[in-house]
Amino acid sequence: MATQHSRSAARMMMTPAVFLLLVWMLVPLSMTLWFSVRRFLPLRGGDQGFVGLENYIRFISSSAFWPAIQTTLVIVGGILLISVIFGILLALLLDQPMWGQGIVRILIIAPFFVMPTVSALVWKNMFMDPVNGLFAHLWRFFGGEPVVWLSDAPIGSIILIVSWQWLPFATLILLTAIQSLDSEQLEAAEMDGASPLARFGYIILPHLSRAITIVVLIQTIFLLSIFAEIFVTTGGAFGSRTLTYLIYQRVLESQNVGLGSAGGVYAIILANIVALFLMRIVGKNLDN
Amino acid sequence: MARAVSTNRKALNTAIAWGIGFLIFFPILWTILTSFKTEAEAIANPPVFLNFDWTLENYAIVQERSNYMRFLWNSVFIAGGSTVLGVIVAVPAAWSMAFVPSRRTKDILLWMLSTKMLPAVGVLYPIYLLSIELGVLDNRYALVVILMLINLPIIVWMLYTYFREIPVEILEAARMDGARLREEIFYVLTPMAVPGIASTLLLNFILAWNEAFWTLNLTAVDAAPLTAFIASYSSPEGLFFAKLSAASTMAIAPILILGWFSQKQLVRGLTFGAVK
Repeated sequence: MATQHSRSAARMMMTPAVFLLLVWMLVPLSMTLWFSVRRFLPLRGGDQGFVGLENYIRFISSSAFWPAIQTTLVIVGGILLISVIFGILLALLLDQPMWGQGIVRILIIAPFFVMPTVSALVWKNMFMDPVNGLFAHLWRFFGGEPVVWLSDAPIGSIILIVSWQWLPFATLILLTAIQSLDSEQLEAAEMDGASPLARFGYIILPHLSRAITIVVLIQTIFLLSIFAEIFVTTGGAFGSRTLTYLIYQRVLESQNVGLGSAGGVYAIILANIVALFLMRIVGKNLDN
Repeated sequence: MARAVSTNRKALNTAIAWGIGFLIFFPILWTILTSFKTEAEAIANPPVFLNFDWTLENYAIVQERSNYMRFLWNSVFIAGGSTVLGVIVAVPAAWSMAFVPSRRTKDILLWMLSTKMLPAVGVLYPIYLLSIELGVLDNRYALVVILMLINLPIIVWMLYTYFREIPVEILEAARMDGARLREEIFYVLTPMAVPGIASTLLLNFILAWNEAFWTLNLTAVDAAPLTAFIASYSSPEGLFFAKLSAASTMAIAPILILGWFSQKQLVRGLTFGAVK
C-alpha cells in the first residue's frame, strides 16, 4: 500500500488546488464581512468607518428586501416544480421504446447548452415582444390582445425562460436514474398485476427519490444566483428583483458597498443552508 | 432484456416524444432560421417558416459592425484558458485523492464543493475592487483565473470520480514490476485517465463559455466575450431580430455541437458523482 514517501508526494500534489481555493474563498469572503460592518460609499465619501450591524438591519428593513425574497422564492420554487414534474414525465417518456430516441434526447438537452444571455434575449424579443414576437402573432391569430409579457407577467416570463434552460438538465439526470432501475423488478410487478400507476408509485418514484433530491438541491444553488436572465430582460423592474439582483444593484448600481455586502452575507448564509443538505447526500455517496 | 412492444405503442411513443422534442428545440431552430431572413421577414405576420429568401447578409453585418471575431476570440481564450489551467491544477490533486486517500480526503473534497456553492454576488464587490486595484478590470487573463477558480471544484470532482474507477490493482502490479512513481503516472495511469480528462475538459469548456455573471460584470470592451456581446443587444434599435439571431447562432452553435458529445459527462460532472 501507500508508503510514507507516496503519502507526502500526494500531499504536495494536492497543495496547489487546495491553496488556490482557500485563497479564493477566504480573501473575498473576509473582505465582504469587513465591508458589511462599515459605512462604505465609494462614490460618496468612501469608507466612513465602523457601523456595527447597521447594514444588516437596514438591508432587512428596507422596503425592497421582503419583495425580493418573495420573488426569489417564487422564481426558484416555480422553476423547481416545473423542472421536476415535467422532468419525471419526460424521463419516463424517453425511457419508452421508440424510433430515433437518440435524436429526441439531443433535441431536448439542447437548451441547457445555450448561453444565458442568448436564451433570455431570444425569448424576450422573438417570442415575448408585444408587437413582433411570435406569441403576439399567435394571440392576434386567435383574436386576443397581445400580452406585454415582461412588464405584465415578469416573474412568469422569467420562470418560463429559465425553466426552458433547466428542464433539460433535470430530464437528463432523471433519465439516467430511471435507466439504472432493474427492469426485472418492474416486470415482476407487472406480472403480479400491478397497474402502471402502482408501478410508478411503488417502484419508480422511490428509486428516483435520490436523483430528485439532487436535482432540487443543485438547481436551487444555481437558481438562487440567476443573474443574466434578469439583467437582459427586465433589469430587475416590475417586481422581478431577486435577492441576487438586489445585492447587485446595491453594490454596483447605487455603490452602497456596506449595505450590499451585508446582503451578500445573507445570500451566502441562504446558499449554505441548501448546500449543507446537498453535501450530506454527496458525502454519503463517497463512502460506498 | 427489451420486452416485446406492439408497433402501435412504439409509434405512439415516437410521435409524442418527437413532438415534445421539437417543441423544446423550437426556440433554437427559430433563432437559426431567423438568422437567414431579412429584417422584414423576421417580423412578418404570419411568420414565414422556410419559404423565404435565404440570405447571409446578417452574418456579414454583425461581423462588420461589432467586430464579432474579437468577442469570439475572447470567449475561446477565456473558456479554453480557464479550463486547461484548471485541469493542470486539478489532475495532481484528484490523482492523489483517488489513489492515496487519507482520512481527510473526503473532508477536502466536500470543502472544495462548498466553495463552488458560494454565491458569486456575495463576493462581487471584493473581486471587483481587487480587479481595479490590480489593474485587471476588463482583462482576459484575470477572467481566465477567475473562471478557473470557479470551475476548479467541478474539475477536481469529475477527475476524482474518473480516477477512482481505475483499478488500483493495476498500479500495484506496476509497482511490483518495479515501476517508479513517474513511470507509474506516465505509462500506466495516463493512458487510462485520458478519456476522463477529455470529458472534463469538454464539460468545463462549455460551463466557462456560458458563464455570465463575472463575464458581464468584469468586462467592458477589451476582454468582453460573447456573453457580453449578446447582452449588448438588450437595448434594441430599430429592426434587429435577424441580426440578433445571427449573432446568437454564432455564439451557441459551437457549444451545441460540443454539448451533444458531453451529455453523459454532464450528469456525472454536475451531480458530483452522485448520479451515474
